[in-house]
Amino acid sequence: MTEEKEDKKRTIWNRKRRYYQPIIKRSKYWPVVLLSKHRKEFIEEVVENTMARINKLRPSKKELIEELETTHYREKQRMRSNPWRVDPPDEKKFWDEIKSELVSISNQPEGKEKAEELLKRIITRYENEISGNFKSSRYRLTRSIVKFGFRRLLNASQVKGIFAIFKTDYYLTDKIQIVGKTKLLRKLAKDNTIVMVPTHFSNLDSILIGWIIHVLGLPPFIYGAGLNLFNIKLFAYFMNSLGAYKVDRRKRNLIYLESLKMYSHNALLKGAHSIFFPGGTRSRSGHVEKSLKRGLLSTAIEAQRSLLMKEETKNRRIIIVPVVINYHFVLEAPSLINDYLKRTGQERYYKEADEYSTSYKIIKFLISFFTKGSNISVSIGKPMDVLGNPVNEKGESIDKHDNTINLADYFTSDDTIIENDQREDEYSKILSKKIVEEYHKSNRVFASHLVAWTAFRYWQRQYPKLDLFGFLRLPEDELEIDYEVFKEEVRIVRDKLYALKKEQKLKMAKHLEGDLDKVIKLGIENVGLYHVNRPLLQVKNKIVTKSLSTLYYYHNRMDGYDL
Amino acid sequence: MGMTSEKKRPVAVLGAGSFGISVANLLATHDQVLLYSRSIESIEEMNREHCKKGYKLHDNITATNDLESILKECHLIFPVVPSYAFRDLMRTISPMLHPYHILIHGTKGLDIQIPEGKTLDDIENLSRKEVKTMSEVIADETSVIRVGCLAGPNLAKELADNQPAATVVASHFEEVISMGIKHLRNDRFQVYGNSDLIGIELAGVLKNIIAIAAGALHGLGMGENAKGLLISRGMIEIMYMGRAMGGDLRAFLGLAGIGDLVATCNSTHSRNFTVGYRLAKGEKLDSIIESMDEVAEGVNTIKIMKRLTNYYKVRAPITQALYTVLYKDVSAEEALQYLMNIPFNVDIEFLKKLD
Repeated sequence: MTEEKEDKKRTIWNRKRRYYQPIIKRSKYWPVVLLSKHRKEFIEEVVENTMARINKLRPSKKELIEELETTHYREKQRMRSNPWRVDPPDEKKFWDEIKSELVSISNQPEGKEKAEELLKRIITRYENEISGNFKSSRYRLTRSIVKFGFRRLLNASQVKGIFAIFKTDYYLTDKIQIVGKTKLLRKLAKDNTIVMVPTHFSNLDSILIGWIIHVLGLPPFIYGAGLNLFNIKLFAYFMNSLGAYKVDRRKRNLIYLESLKMYSHNALLKGAHSIFFPGGTRSRSGHVEKSLKRGLLSTAIEAQRSLLMKEETKNRRIIIVPVVINYHFVLEAPSLINDYLKRTGQERYYKEADEYSTSYKIIKFLISFFTKGSNISVSIGKPMDVLGNPVNEKGESIDKHDNTINLADYFTSDDTIIENDQREDEYSKILSKKIVEEYHKSNRVFASHLVAWTAFRYWQRQYPKLDLFGFLRLPEDELEIDYEVFKEEVRIVRDKLYALKKEQKLKMAKHLEGDLDKVIKLGIENVGLYHVNRPLLQVKNKIVTKSLSTLYYYHNRMDGYDL
Repeated sequence: MGMTSEKKRPVAVLGAGSFGISVANLLATHDQVLLYSRSIESIEEMNREHCKKGYKLHDNITATNDLESILKECHLIFPVVPSYAFRDLMRTISPMLHPYHILIHGTKGLDIQIPEGKTLDDIENLSRKEVKTMSEVIADETSVIRVGCLAGPNLAKELADNQPAATVVASHFEEVISMGIKHLRNDRFQVYGNSDLIGIELAGVLKNIIAIAAGALHGLGMGENAKGLLISRGMIEIMYMGRAMGGDLRAFLGLAGIGDLVATCNSTHSRNFTVGYRLAKGEKLDSIIESMDEVAEGVNTIKIMKRLTNYYKVRAPITQALYTVLYKDVSAEEALQYLMNIPFNVDIEFLKKLD
């Protein structure tokens, strides 16, 4: 109790420092505002560039028509097999028209122009759908709602009693710690374009990141959000106002994918700070991302090269900032892990529950999230250039010997900067590797991860003959550990973690220090605390589990460290 | 654009051993070549006589020890120094290297980093953390990214006689491969490309083990049946080791693997073969090494791979047997006998007797 009080004092004292002044005060100068102000021209430009790109990939009339036919076929299939609420009502009509014109063009002897016209119509439609519609008034409103609402909930939960909702002693910054290279990030964001690359565990990540960006005093970022999330009205509202553009994962045709990449590419050229979730989707297994989808990363590399090629932009840098979000628990964990196990091929069939299906469920979750007092930490990793080299305050790339690197040199052949797709594709592999390394270094271990890892590994060692899936099928009530044994195991793992921390291979939360009993208690109380079947519980003198697969999920967080 | 008016840069070769000179000669049919050597004497000799130790130098080759101007003038660089000197060279030139440089190395050996105060003899097991290929050393030490390697049957003596041959240029970057082809290829020399850089490097490195074994067989007076047995079993062994180290098995089936293996296992021109041969004749390793003026990479490779196969638990009887011959005073005859006694598909636990 006294400790809690002290804690509170410290945060009040710190409070002012924890909110940063905005780096650009007037919202009309925010890159994202400028972008939406000139939305029409921007889209025209993107359409034109995408046209050029597709024409380069499909140079002859025959190839282009084939591509259009494939696209039409796939779109038809999508509409039939997987329709969504957000889909526009005129979809069928649009594609029917495309089809009938395609038929007539194929029979005509003329050149490519007609096909290109169709291509343009399709791309224009796609770009309009993708394009976000940022309004700064709405952004401000949303921000206030988030801040106000969260803070109220927070106070209600801390001081216990519904009337506390009107008190304002606790702030969101008490719940969510931001650590790492925040100052460097703020400096870099002034003259460069930031691409934030967060790990992705929960659907709440995008809202959380949006809020972090605000706390750091950065202008809003744009980001691609799954179109499926726009099915839910509450999410749609948040997303639209936080600068989201829409990504439809059902559309996998070349024209759509190129349209999407070009949108993000051109936005970067315009200086719009962006968020890429490069794992593509939430981590199903609970592992920190090991491999990243390289499509978006190569967009950043291409954009940097384009900037370097122009005299007036050659000094502007695209800065990649890996961000690791750590939770004690992830709302979706049970269904994510079951989905993962099912996909890996050997798990019993599970029906996926969608925790985010209605606005009601989300609000319910938010309330329990705040009333159960779980913490979140967001680690801002080392900012890097598009090849993964660290950058200094001026945005200059730094090599292994602390000398600056001329970034243009990476894109040079015979003393001139050229476009080389194969080269840049290799660069995206290098960048992806560097980001993953940085994730592991910035990952902040919580007590809950520690206990989950230790317990899971301990039990797994008791069954050396079972493979992972065999082990996971064990009945939970067969598994238990004596508290004292468990404590010793935790001590060993914690020592190893300290050693890794010393080598700067990971970070550890402050609450891991000191008395081991307290650490274990905190860990067990928090690991997956919202789940119906708790991954770990202490029953008298025994540690037990109610859900081995969920425990596996939280354990995975610390996989890949040579522990 | 087509032809541009840009001035043609010279190409650099770092290291003036017999293979370095061969590479320089191949390049010199297209380009001016700057050939780096540390020794002032040897530079003067090369520039004066256009010849070194019986190897003729093309007129387009200029020898120099001025690394700074080499790296300023050249964008395409071929480091061809022994593996033990490779990391030091990279450290030296690192400040002068930039991401526009392209490095294609021709060193068929491994780099090893051991904790300070220890020697390789103190260490039982080595993992990939300590053992690196040359392209990995370049990545460790420099900001050069466009990296490639040369591998394949390229015996310096035969290249000097302008006999037909071929090489593989391996790189993740197509532009590096096409640079290699453009600058190396001529009507007596074919150049193939491969994108599996690590696999090709490993094929080139590991085949030296089998070359030493082939020399030893020859020294023992064994015939072609035995050599056939060795090459096929040896191939399998190096493929397993290569896979454990992260290479793709296919690399071993090409020019850099089987192609190079057959060439070196039959050639008295090969240094590694010679080491094996003289060992079988009863000479001691130290005196052999002392009397050779260039490094036989295979000797060091065996030392490293012995410890690496311990760590990765790869079955490698030939490497293990050779190790005992090189470092444990076991005779080649004895080692061969042990190898011949391996029951098929039974593990190699019995080799412990030799340690």
